[in-house]
Amino acid sequence: MKYSVFSLLKNTLSGHKNWQAAWRDPQPKKQYDIIIIGGGGHGLATAYYLAKNHGITNIAVLEKGYLGSGNIGRNTTIIRSNYYLKGNEPFYEWSLKLWEGLEQDFNFNAMVSQRGLINLYHSDGQRDFYARKGNAMRIHGVDAELVDQQALREKVPYLNFDNARFPIKGALIQPRGGTVRHDAVAWGFARGADMAGVDIIQNCEVTGFKIDNGKIIGVETNKGFIGAKKVGMAAAGHSSQVAAMAGMRLPIETHVLQAFVTEGIKPYLDNVISFGVGHFYISQSDKGGLVFGGDLDGYSSFAQRGNLPMVEHVAEAGVSMISGLSRIKLLRSWGGVMDMTMDGSPIIDKTHIEGLYLNGGWCYGGFKATPASGWCYAHLLATGTPHELTKYFKLNRFEAGDMIDEEVTGPTPNLH
Amino acid sequence: MKINCPLCGPRPNGEFTIKGDAVNVRPDLKAATAKDWHDYVYLRDNPKGNLKEFWHHSHGCRSWLVIERNNVSHEVLSVQLASDASAKGVKK
Repeated sequence: MKYSVFSLLKNTLSGHKNWQAAWRDPQPKKQYDIIIIGGGGHGLATAYYLAKNHGITNIAVLEKGYLGSGNIGRNTTIIRSNYYLKGNEPFYEWSLKLWEGLEQDFNFNAMVSQRGLINLYHSDGQRDFYARKGNAMRIHGVDAELVDQQALREKVPYLNFDNARFPIKGALIQPRGGTVRHDAVAWGFARGADMAGVDIIQNCEVTGFKIDNGKIIGVETNKGFIGAKKVGMAAAGHSSQVAAMAGMRLPIETHVLQAFVTEGIKPYLDNVISFGVGHFYISQSDKGGLVFGGDLDGYSSFAQRGNLPMVEHVAEAGVSMISGLSRIKLLRSWGGVMDMTMDGSPIIDKTHIEGLYLNGGWCYGGFKATPASGWCYAHLLATGTPHELTKYFKLNRFEAGDMIDEEVTGPTPNLH
Repeated sequence: MKINCPLCGPRPNGEFTIKGDAVNVRPDLKAATAKDWHDYVYLRDNPKGNLKEFWHHSHGCRSWLVIERNNVSHEVLSVQLASDASAKGVKK
């Protein structure tokens, strides 16, 4: 059923008793053309674009929990394309372009809000680096503006411009950056894929691979064996655990990233504000709560929660830039499970096993990449060749010295 | 997460800096191939469960420690000085 003002009217007149479930809850078939492991944002987007772009619908998405229970349901919702390395920027810009048309495309309100992303700078050196980054963006045709302190004061007057340690001198702004309602992204892609005939199997955990002579035959699950011609792993957070079932070790270490939301208040923060040096970023949701986050806790964790020293650190970073935050009550905190790679950049590639593919290593930046990751991974799964935009996200790039290291911190996962 | 430093006693985890994996053994300088070095530097077991890590008591005695932890419950299972661990050999 297509959502529209007409379907809303029709259902109002029948007392809202005839709305259909947004997706089916089928039992797995014995065999599919493609199995996608992981029903998160990227797995669902991949299924959606396999159907939409490649006409492939004999697909199962296997999700070990309930749909949306992983990182797609617990991130800070920011979308942007302000990367500067050539392996990254065109990909993230394509993702932003897909965000811009997504709600009309998948017929679901994802509350895409391009409210502008403001990256603060505090010194001449940092200003010069942001000028370089902004120019790198503009070379790829992406919007970027560098503003000085006076212009920033007019735009965002409540910032702590005279902070003694990190005085705010200006900002790099991406006007088209913003936020998206993360749950709706999972639901929109799930509904779109399901309507095309894709089976989304929840509470179905992959427990092993069946490989014959170096070729994938299918997967063992808690609902039995399911055969497939191709299998795409898309379980970022648990990429190592899934890949280990195929005997692989990955350049990945799993980390916790905490995120926070405050009590709901009246409209206060119109943009996304990012304090790069302190690694703090904040926006205000439509419910009124301030949504913010900071650094990784730093130690390996699958717990989906962090510890208090980092809670304190993130709060300090926030209050140092926006003094008004000190008055607000913190409502809730949680943690995600991050696939931290050895260069901070993702992996979308085939593996040494024929028919088995990997999409993972998204560190803490996977949400904004959701549409383009699905688009490009669908291309790889459908054609067997990497998409032009993701050809640098190779699994074995570390052997060749082709790292894509935006943070420039080397093979130290917890510093990316 | 409280960490029982062998020299300082139980201290909160904010006093420590984590380095990372303590299980991968540095290859022999003379005998190692490029693949050995690549695997040591870039590949990880990345277990879900018990694991051993190097931690530095940076805001305390500044000792290097090998800590065995569970990364699902955050329980700290054992803490030893890195020098003691290397004498015994850090096993998986």
